[in-house]
Amino acid sequence: MSDADLDTALKGAHADPEDLASAARQTSVYVYEAPVRIWHWINAAAILVLCVTGYLIGAPPPSMQIAEATHQFVFGFIRFAHFAAGWILAIGFLGRIYWAIFGNHHARQLFILPLWKRDFWREIWFEVKWYLFLEKEPKKYVGHNPLAQLAMFGFITLGVSFMIVTGLALYSEGLGVDSTLYALFGWVFTLLGPNPHVVHTLHHLGMWWIVIFMIVHIYVAIREDIMSRQSIVSTMISGHRTFKDDRPD
Amino acid sequence: MSQIETFYDVMRRQGITRRSFMKYCALTAAALGLSPAFVPRIAHAMETKPRTPVIWVHGLECTCCSESFIRSAHPLAKDVVLSMISLDYDDTLMAAAGHAAEAAMRDTIERYKGNYILAVEGNPPLNEDGMFCISGGKPFVEKLRYAARDAKAIISWGACASYGCVQAAKPNPTRATPVHQVITDKPIIKVPGCPPIAEVMTGVITYMLTFDRLPTLDRQGRPAMFYSQRIHDKCYRRPHFDAGQFVEAWDDENARKGYCLYKMGCKGPTTYNACSTVRWNDGVSFPIQSGHGCIGCSEDGFWDQGSFYDRVTDLTQFGVEANADKVGLAAAGVVGAGVAAHAAISALKAAQKKTQSSKEEA
Repeated sequence: MSDADLDTALKGAHADPEDLASAARQTSVYVYEAPVRIWHWINAAAILVLCVTGYLIGAPPPSMQIAEATHQFVFGFIRFAHFAAGWILAIGFLGRIYWAIFGNHHARQLFILPLWKRDFWREIWFEVKWYLFLEKEPKKYVGHNPLAQLAMFGFITLGVSFMIVTGLALYSEGLGVDSTLYALFGWVFTLLGPNPHVVHTLHHLGMWWIVIFMIVHIYVAIREDIMSRQSIVSTMISGHRTFKDDRPD
Repeated sequence: MSQIETFYDVMRRQGITRRSFMKYCALTAAALGLSPAFVPRIAHAMETKPRTPVIWVHGLECTCCSESFIRSAHPLAKDVVLSMISLDYDDTLMAAAGHAAEAAMRDTIERYKGNYILAVEGNPPLNEDGMFCISGGKPFVEKLRYAARDAKAIISWGACASYGCVQAAKPNPTRATPVHQVITDKPIIKVPGCPPIAEVMTGVITYMLTFDRLPTLDRQGRPAMFYSQRIHDKCYRRPHFDAGQFVEAWDDENARKGYCLYKMGCKGPTTYNACSTVRWNDGVSFPIQSGHGCIGCSEDGFWDQGSFYDRVTDLTQFGVEANADKVGLAAAGVVGAGVAAHAAISALKAAQKKTQSSKEEA
C-alpha cells in the first residue's frame, strides 16, 4: 500500500497523526505459505491426539463393562485413534518435506541448519541472552530466529522423525513380520532392540520429548508475540509477518 | 555312512508300529504348518535318510530345555528322538559318564565330521578364561569350540544359548555370552524360550532332518514357523484387550473372569513365540491361560527389561526406579515450572521498562 493509497483509505477516519504513522509502517512479508500453515495445524492436532491416546495405550483407562467384550471396542478405538493420527502425522511429514523442496526458502528452515555459518552461532548466543533478560531489545527476524530454528530441528525434525520411524516399526508388528511395512521398518528392532519392549519404551520417552516441546513452543510463541518486534501467532494463521517498528535489525 | 541307521529303523527297533510312525509324521507336518502332501515326504525322509547325529552339550544353564524336550507331546516321538540323540552324546541324559562319555563325544565328532548337528543348551562364561563353567575338567567354552569346529549347523536351545538369559543379566559377573558371539563361522539357529516349547524343539529337529536344510529364520535367527507371531496376536484373551477390560489386581473379579493381563505387565505384545497356539504340556495350557502374564522369555535380554509386572517398566539408566512416565513427567514439570518462572520475570521486566519510559517522558 503506497502512502497515497493510505491517505485515501484513512481520509475521513478519526485518526490522530500517531495512528497514521503506525499504519504507514505496517509492512508485511509473506513467510509461511498455505501448505506450511495447513501442515502446522494438522500436525498440532495429530500430535495432541497422539500424546493423549499414546499415554492411554501405556496406561489404559480403568476397565469398564459396557457390553460383551466382542461388542465393546474401547481400547480398540483408542489404539485406532492413535494409529490414524500417526498415519496423518507421517504422511503430513512427507508432504512437509516435499514442500521444503518446492516451497519458498522459509519452508527449508526446518530441515537445514546453517551450522557452518559463524553468524548463526553468534545469533543463537544473542537469543540465549535475550531469553536470560541480558538483552534489552530483541532482533527482528523474517523467518525463525536461529535459536528457534535449532529447537525446531531438534524437537520436530529429529523428534517427530524418530516417533514416526519407531511408531511405524511398532505398527508393522501388528501387521505381521511378513508385511511390507515390517520389511521397511523391521531394522528398527535390530538397531534399538532387538527386544521390542525397548522400542516401546523409547517411543514412550519420545512422547515426553514432544510434550516438552509443546510447552516451550506455545509459551515462547505467545511471549514473542507480546514482547518481540514482530508478529508470531498470527503469522502461522495468515502467513504474513508484520513488524512493530521501522528500526533496522 | 551307509551303515548308519535311519530314524525309521530306530523307531521300529524301539517297538513302534508303522501306524504310530505315520501318525507321528502327520502330526509333525501339522506342527510345521505343512500341507498333508508333506506327510509322505516326511515319512520317506525318516525311512531313507541316515539319521543326523546330534551332539548336545550343556554350558551355564538349568537344564529346563532338556526337561521341556523330554515332554514333547507326541508320546512316542519323544522317546524316539530322545534315545536317538542319547545314542551319540548328551552328558545329562546319556547312560555313560566320565571318560566313557567324553570318548563317545570324540568318537562321534571323528566319525561324522561335518555331518552332525551341535545342539547347545546354556552358554559359555568368558570371564576368568571360562573357569566359571567346567565340563569334563575343562572350561566349557573350549568344549564348545571343539564340538563346533566340525558341526554342520548349531542349534542354540533356549534363552541361555540364544541370548544369555539370567546369567547374562546385568551385571553379568561371569560374562556369560550367547553362542553366536563365540562361534561365528557356522549357521546358527536360535530356539529361544525359558525353556522353549517341547514341540517347537522336536519340530525344528524334524524339519532339519526332513528337508536337509535350516528352516526359514526371522530377523534374529529364530525359526519363522514358530517365532513369527506375537503371543498377543493369537492370545485367546485378546477380545478383552480390545474391549479395554483388564485385570487390575491379582485377586480382583476381573482376574477371575479371565480379562486381559496387559496392565499386570504381560509381555505378550512384545514377545514372539508359539505359546498361545501350541501351548504347553500336551496343549494343556500356557502362562496367560493360567492367569499369569507372559514374561517375554523368548526375547533378547528379557531379564533386563524391568519388572515382569509393570506395563511401562523401570529405566535402570536413571539409577533410581523410574519409568518413562515418571521421567517424562518430571522433565515436563521442570520445563513447565521454568516456563512459568520465565513468564513471571518477563512480565516484571516489561512492567519495569514501562515505568522507566513513562518516567523518562515525564
